[in-house]
Amino acid sequence: MARPILEVKGLTTTLAGGTITILEDVSFGLQPGEVLGVVGESGSGKSMLALSVMGLLPKAVRRTAGRIVLDGEDLAALSPDRWRERRGSDLAMIFQEPMTALNPVMRVGDQVAEVLRRQGIPAKKARQETINLFRKVEIPSPEQRVRGYPHELSGGMRQRVMIAIALAANPKVLIADEPTTALDVTVQAQILDLLRKLQKERGLSLVFITHDLGVIAEIADRVLVLYAGRVAEIAPVRKIFDNPQHPYTRALLASIPEIDRPRGRLVTIEGAVPSIGAMPKGCRYASRCPFRRDICEQESPRLGLVSSDQAAACVQPFGFEKPQEEALA
Amino acid sequence: MTFETVIEARGVTKVFSTQRGLFRRRSVGARAVDGLNLTVRSGETLGLVGESGCGKSTTGRLLLRLIEPTAGSVLFNGRDLTELSTGELRSSRRQMQIIFQDPYGSLNPRMTIGDAIAEAYIIHGIGDRASRQRWVLEMLDLVRLPRSAVTRYPHEFSGGQRQRVGIARALALKPNFVVCDEAVSALDVSVQAQIINLLQDLQNELKLTYLFISHNLSVVRHISDRVAVMYLGRIVEIADVDALFTRPAHPYTQALLSAIPRSHPDEPRHRHPLTGDLPSALAIPKGCRFASRCPFVQNRCRTFDPPLDPTPDHSLVACHRAADGTLPAYSLNS
Repeated sequence: MARPILEVKGLTTTLAGGTITILEDVSFGLQPGEVLGVVGESGSGKSMLALSVMGLLPKAVRRTAGRIVLDGEDLAALSPDRWRERRGSDLAMIFQEPMTALNPVMRVGDQVAEVLRRQGIPAKKARQETINLFRKVEIPSPEQRVRGYPHELSGGMRQRVMIAIALAANPKVLIADEPTTALDVTVQAQILDLLRKLQKERGLSLVFITHDLGVIAEIADRVLVLYAGRVAEIAPVRKIFDNPQHPYTRALLASIPEIDRPRGRLVTIEGAVPSIGAMPKGCRYASRCPFRRDICEQESPRLGLVSSDQAAACVQPFGFEKPQEEALA
Repeated sequence: MTFETVIEARGVTKVFSTQRGLFRRRSVGARAVDGLNLTVRSGETLGLVGESGCGKSTTGRLLLRLIEPTAGSVLFNGRDLTELSTGELRSSRRQMQIIFQDPYGSLNPRMTIGDAIAEAYIIHGIGDRASRQRWVLEMLDLVRLPRSAVTRYPHEFSGGQRQRVGIARALALKPNFVVCDEAVSALDVSVQAQIINLLQDLQNELKLTYLFISHNLSVVRHISDRVAVMYLGRIVEIADVDALFTRPAHPYTQALLSAIPRSHPDEPRHRHPLTGDLPSALAIPKGCRFASRCPFVQNRCRTFDPPLDPTPDHSLVACHRAADGTLPAYSLNS
């Protein structure tokens, strides 16, 4: 494998002066031109992961350990100013709700041009380039739309503007945090098609965060499954769907109602994600796991390789001993 | 086959007026629901799908007369709700309830779970203190919450548990018709599955009829017997769930289904892409309201509004070309 463009190693973040751990020992690599899907339920820490990489953590949250290496340089070791520079040029992020991420009193074209101007591009050329970018993200009649304000655009069009802003910096890594969650399914399909096209054309390296495994199936090359702030499993997308190794991944897949599956009772995961600040000592999934053993409540399992490209944090991942299917059904 | 009808909407229209223009002198009407005809059969789950702004939540509220229709009538067990007196309406309301999307927003944070459920009995003046207490515990059992919840507050519960409280409140008065308005949409998938199973169990135990409003097509497919597809204030197609998902007849239904994310990375992707956005409800086009985005549009579609007509396989479709069989065959796997 080539050297990863982005590498996160042992990332740990805490809240309230270190007493509450949000993310714990999160590690992954992102290859150039790869789409890494990050999937997790609410409270899994997936947005916190995005903000950590961007260096945009809220004040109350601190990174207490870990390295964030972008193209060979440890961002976490940089001064905040230097990190901000990298964020402006090599790292970009798009958010779930474009309306709150866009400036409501500024023409959308100017918000794109602003990014270009900061790279030293003269105003006139920036205007032209903005129109080109709008065309790239398939905004119809871009010459007129650049003059519009965010409230004049639909949700899908706003998200296209956000993507144009992100692309304007020509980033090495794009982080997309639930970019289609607030959109209708037909618009979501359009935005996913667009992101996939841009990713191929530009060889973008993309971290795509979502709670929706269907969206993961649409866009990801590899998948990182987060549970309660820890990595449960990481593997190529087909292995996640066909041969998940962590009991949580498996239960998650089974609990989605599917269009083409017989409609019986849904598989459920009993209980709920442990609340932040009340994390158990051992495996964080133990209280809900049908395969739980005594050891699971004692110590937190390390992320271990199951095969060359699949790792799971479970004392007894499915690859080693086949579970009884009934236990999950 | 004959079906017993629980609730029927006849030509129901809701216009929300807003003031526009200089000094807001011009009144503009948004036709959120426009001449809607819909029948919900006893004991069934009717799914109602459509994109944001199509009027599906407004439809749910109109059926319960939580908002007043601008025109048309709603018949509940054969009686016109719009003609009932306040007192009669109140007693009808006991038989119809709604479960909301956000169980936190719909629960008073200062009220214990027990009081929140008991409120339903108090408002309708049913039972004395002791019997209300007993019923509340029975409701907690019904939705599989611990009885100890009675003295606790909403913030002490997870999203899934709060939705159970919302369900207990809705079912407290033993209704027979329940509108579930995006009832599982705010929940994580693992919890969503618990609530879907619970709703299905309760339907069997209590012989409930559901109108299940959701934007999540996979969930609707799972839970519904029939599905109605809404577009810009109108029903464009109603069919049995399997027919709708395997042989969608309306071009909008086809586009909607093809946009559902795949359930496996190796599944082929066949989009029937929609261009453009939903027209504004302030300016509904004449003719078929889907014409501006329809890949199969013809001239007549821009002039004549297609009626919701029966098809050979017992569904209803509002499309000129579906009606005369000139739509290209639909397949997700071609």
